[in-house]
This record gives sequence, structure tokens and C-alpha cells, in this order.
Amino acid sequence: MKQELSYRDSVHRLGRVWMLSALAMMIAVPSVICIYYSAWPSAGGILKGFLSVAPIFWTVGVIEVFTYVPMLGTGGSYLGFVTGNLANLKVPCALNSMDRAGVQAGTEEGEVISTLAIATSSIVTTVIIALGVLLLSQIEPILESPVLQPAFENILPALFGALGVVFVSKNWKIAIAPLVVMIALFLLVPSLASAVGLMVPVGALIAIGAARILYKRNLL
Amino acid sequence: MEFNSNSGFMYVVVAVVIAFVLLQSVVFFIKAWKRGKELGMDKQALKKTVGSSALFTIAPAFAILLGVIALSNALGFPLPWLRLSVIGSLTYEATAAAAAATAVGSSLSQRITDPKTFAAIAWVMTLGIVPGLVLVPLFGKKIEKGISNIKGKDSKWGQIFLSGLFLGMISAFLGLVFAEVHTGLVGWIPVFVMFASALLMMVCGLIRKALDAKWIEDYALPISLLGGMALSIPITNLVMSLVG
Repeated sequence: MKQELSYRDSVHRLGRVWMLSALAMMIAVPSVICIYYSAWPSAGGILKGFLSVAPIFWTVGVIEVFTYVPMLGTGGSYLGFVTGNLANLKVPCALNSMDRAGVQAGTEEGEVISTLAIATSSIVTTVIIALGVLLLSQIEPILESPVLQPAFENILPALFGALGVVFVSKNWKIAIAPLVVMIALFLLVPSLASAVGLMVPVGALIAIGAARILYKRNLL
Repeated sequence: MEFNSNSGFMYVVVAVVIAFVLLQSVVFFIKAWKRGKELGMDKQALKKTVGSSALFTIAPAFAILLGVIALSNALGFPLPWLRLSVIGSLTYEATAAAAAATAVGSSLSQRITDPKTFAAIAWVMTLGIVPGLVLVPLFGKKIEKGISNIKGKDSKWGQIFLSGLFLGMISAFLGLVFAEVHTGLVGWIPVFVMFASALLMMVCGLIRKALDAKWIEDYALPISLLGGMALSIPITNLVMSLVG
């Protein structure tokens, strides 16, 4: 007689099927755009953009997997890593729910509560954003009015000004070197603006180098 | 085919993926609920989990929605809708979109009308989130058993390393803000906006401390981002009037 799968094993099987299907669908989106509009961007352009994003976010992605999987449990992980917004939403939501229910992460009960919390949170988020987009698309002409254009021209300074405060204040000693080098570089060679993506790994190397030196001298 | 990032076609493609992910949430919800009953867990406790999670989610969900607005001007609604309701977060999506746009010689400051540019941005945003979707199915079981631990012996250095990566990215983009300074006062507008947004973030931090208002953490980034964007309008007008 075939041995019955344990609950966890069955979640793993279900999770793998759903997650890999989700991956296929995510990749299908840009593919479908390319096919439908018969617009094939140059591989070089994609590679350049990819190189500026991947070193940071793939590293972060890998670390997130190792950090959050034990916290979220089996079902919670398969769902959480597909529905996203982990650090700012799903992880605190799951931890909070397990805490309130008085169950531990990693136990059978923790597994149930965590999965329920993440599933509920995902459903609520999806519904709110869908309704929001529906409403927003109605006021699109307002968003496109010329008065508002400077706002959209300044997304990046507004984003990084805010993020800068968060990260620099936490680690100002590590931040000084890459900040000085990067600001000097862009002041002296403004044409680098088109290659900002390639400057990202350079900035990261400088930051990590500076951090290593400070760390070795016990200055952090 | 005329390209439009807000076309019905885009909405349909995006809606299909979002519906798929929504279905996954429902399937996992039902499975966990049944399992809870099997284990003899108190039904009230399960219901309470659902209620409190739903409440907990409302504020961050609106914060995410604000991110959709910020990206909608350049990318239309459907793509940011997809990327912010599935997998992404504002920090990641905005950075990835900006990096991809500059890499193909465009920018997020105006509506992307070239389908090739748009497709390139969509590809970069997609490729950036692959690790989680590949690693969890591959290693989820092992990680759970506690066999691997990426932080290893030196977890303090692990933290510092991660901060270094982020600071590298942030400093590159903060440097970029200064790239137009050589053109004169108008080139300083992005710098002023950066400081305005930084100031708003600091105010949020102060409020958080002074009033012990933990809720503001969810909103600090969207408030500073949209606040900075809003302030760029008077800043631009002022600079333009000064330049004449």
C-alpha cells in the first residue's frame, strides 16, 4: 500500500507546482508584450539593466529565502514568496498572528496560523490594489496634467532622498566613502548618467570595501 | 500594433496573472484551514487570525497602492499594478524600473511610448525577482530542516555586508541626482527635491520617536516619496521664475 504523504510533504508538492507555475506566468508577461507588439528589445539593453539590478537584488533575494523560510513555515513560504511584499507586510503579519495565537513558528499549529495569515493578507492586498487601480484609472487625465509633470520627473531624487536617510542614518560610517565617490564622479563626469546601472556594483564594492576595513579595525 | 502601456491588452495580461496568484492564496487558505481543523485547533482562534491579518494588511496595502501611482506616469497602470501586487516592493520595483530605463537610454520622467523600451524594463523587473521563486522550491525543504545557514559563523559581518550592498546602490543613485548640476540652477532641482524628501523622511522618523507612532513606519516611504514629488512642483516653479 502506498504510504500517505505527510501534511508538510503534500504542502511542498502543492507549493512547488504553484510556485513554478507562477514563475512561468511572470516570465510570460514580458514575453507576451514582446510577441504581441512584435517589439524585441536589444539583449544588450536588458543585460545592462539586469547587471545594475541583479547583484543587489539577487543577493537580497537569496538572503531573504534563508531568513524568512524558517519564520514563515512551509505553506507560508510558498505563498509569501509568490505574493511578495515580504519585509514590509507578510513577515510582520505572520509573526504577529503566531504571537497572538500563542503558537511557535515551525510547529504544526504555527504552520496553520502562518499560512492563514499570509493567505488572508495576500487576498486583502490584491483586492485593495485592484480596486485602487480601477479608481485611479478613472482620474488618469488629472495625473497626466502638465502641472503635475515636475513631480513625475523627480521620482528618483524623491525616492532616494528618503531611502538615503533610512540607510545612511543606520550606517553612516559605511556610507561616507561610496557617497563621496559617487557624487564626485557624477559632478565631474555628468555623461555617466546613462550608465548609472553600472555604477551600482561599483558603489557596492566601495561600500563593502570600506565596511570591511572599518569592521577589521573594530570601528563599526 | 500601436503600443499603449494602458491598453486593454495590458490590463488583460496583468489581470490573468493576478487572478492566478489570488487563486493560489485561496487554495493555500483552504488547505491550512482544513489542516487546522484536523489538528483540533480552536475555530475561534483561526477566525481571529484571519480577522487580525486582514486588519493588519489594510494600511500597508494602501501604502503599496501609492507606489502604483508613483510609477504610473512612466509605465501606465497595468505593469506597476502587477509588480506591486505580486512579489515586488516599492524599493525594488522603482529601482529596477529606473535602472532598466537608463540602461536602454530612456528615463522614468516621461511616459514610455516605445514598446521596445517598455519591454526591456518589464524584462529587467521580472528577472530581478527570480531567485525567490527558484530557491524556495529547490531548497525550501532543506532550509526548513536547518541544514543550511547562510549567515554562518559571522552574522554581524553578514548584516554589514548587506547594508554595504544597499548603500552602494543608494549612493550610485544619489550621485546621479547631481549629474545635471553643471547645467546651472535648473540642474539643481533634483538635488533640492532629494533634500526635501530626505527632510520629510527625517520628520517621519522624529514623529515615530516622539509619539511612539509605530504605524508611521508603513507610510514613511510613500509619504516622503509622494511628498518629495509634490514639493518638486513649487520647487521647479520657483527655480524657473528665478532663472526667468
